[in-house]
Amino acid sequence: MTMGRPGRPVLLFRSASFRVMIGRKIEKEACMSMEIPLLAVRDVSYSLAGKTLLAPVSFTLQQHEFVWLTGPSGSGKTTLLKIIASLLSPDSGSVALRGEEVGTLSPERWRQQVSYCFQTPQLFGATVCDNLAFPWQLRQQQPEKRALQHSLAQLDLAPEMLEQPIAGLSGGERQRVALLRHLQFPPAVLLLDEVTSALDTENKARVKQLIQQTMAQHAMSVLWISHDGQETGDGARVITLTRMEAAQ
Amino acid sequence: MNHPAISNTSLALAFMLVLVALLVSQKEKLGLHKDILWSVARAIIQLTIVGYVLHYLFDFNNRWLTLLMVLFICVNAALNARKRSKRIGKAFLISLSAIGFGTGLTLTILVLSGALAFVPMQVIPVSGMIAGNAMVAVGLCYTQLNQRFADNRQQIEEMLSLGASVKRASAQLVRESIRAAMIPTVDAAKTVGLVSLPGMMSGLIFAGIDPVQAIKYQIMVTFMLLGTAAISTIIAAWLGYRRFYNAQAQLTF
Repeated sequence: MTMGRPGRPVLLFRSASFRVMIGRKIEKEACMSMEIPLLAVRDVSYSLAGKTLLAPVSFTLQQHEFVWLTGPSGSGKTTLLKIIASLLSPDSGSVALRGEEVGTLSPERWRQQVSYCFQTPQLFGATVCDNLAFPWQLRQQQPEKRALQHSLAQLDLAPEMLEQPIAGLSGGERQRVALLRHLQFPPAVLLLDEVTSALDTENKARVKQLIQQTMAQHAMSVLWISHDGQETGDGARVITLTRMEAAQ
Repeated sequence: MNHPAISNTSLALAFMLVLVALLVSQKEKLGLHKDILWSVARAIIQLTIVGYVLHYLFDFNNRWLTLLMVLFICVNAALNARKRSKRIGKAFLISLSAIGFGTGLTLTILVLSGALAFVPMQVIPVSGMIAGNAMVAVGLCYTQLNQRFADNRQQIEEMLSLGASVKRASAQLVRESIRAAMIPTVDAAKTVGLVSLPGMMSGLIFAGIDPVQAIKYQIMVTFMLLGTAAISTIIAAWLGYRRFYNAQAQLTF
């Protein structure tokens, strides 16, 4: 791990691969303090068929915190988010939420609190409504139509879209509907995988604004994968993965 | 009743039909010689053994031996259904539970209702028919589950990541798989008598029974095939889908 001064870009050199990565130094890890972090990832690694997909990585995430996750293709960003969401089990290391490790909670309970949103989502059921109502049904609740329409409006989607078949939606509309599924009951940690890759600048800004608004209202923390240097240069904390290891 | 009998000479002459198949294979260069001869040899040997075993069982007329034979049929059906399981672990046990329960329940209903007498001459052939049909349906159900889980991997993970249980995330795929596995049995029931005169009915007509009486048995067969296929596929699918997940509710493939 290589560290620089707070807020300044830092160059990370890998002697093995001579790979140069640009990251950003952040304050010392909260695990150094007495406070239990909201999310603690410790020495998590993953390999498949003898190939390392994620080299050991450690970091913590605090409540209300917004963190960008960057790194070149193949550095294991998606794998890391899937491990945190308990969709994959790491080869080594641990992930804990408020000090409780994965496995101490039921998988359903964990994922309702640590939720992963895919980059190219697949919607299910027949209509947009089926998708937005799904998280409600999981909690044995029936949403009001107006509440779902209000949800759509937050990302500039027309109220009539609620009854629209999913087959007719564009890539950008699918991404927004998929994201709204996760925001029906905001989790403690939302893991976003390039969820604005199919959106124009205006809608990207709208999504970010909604995420920040939800963070403020629901004490939600966000770990967001992005390749967009403009996005990640907003002063928020950045975690950069290299192909061989992760650094902050 | 006029018992049909077939002489060994007629059987030997009927073997000429196999020679026709061999000739076609030769002329069209199908390369099926070995397969045809092997399958014919197997059919002759298997059926001869089964003939003598059934002859002995029918004469002996023992309840426990009859049940043992039913179990033997179910085990063989389960072993065969397992071949279609691919990613589904413990497929033999699942198949045996599914086919065994389906066959057992159907037989019980048939015997209790008086449609069938608990004698080897009736119970064993009927067990073979229903277990055989359940075997095909369960095998088809496994193929469907494997295909649908592979095709919808991300959709399942998206449901899981929203906090759905494995049961909730798989429900749609399981239902679709059961439905697809049932279709051949349902279609066969729809066209029974129109497309083919099925085995039970044909056998009775051969044995000289009035076709009006014979259809009653065929109607019973249709009921029992539908019932067993439905019960067996439902059990196989609901036990089988869990094998796609580990204890952490993660997909294992």
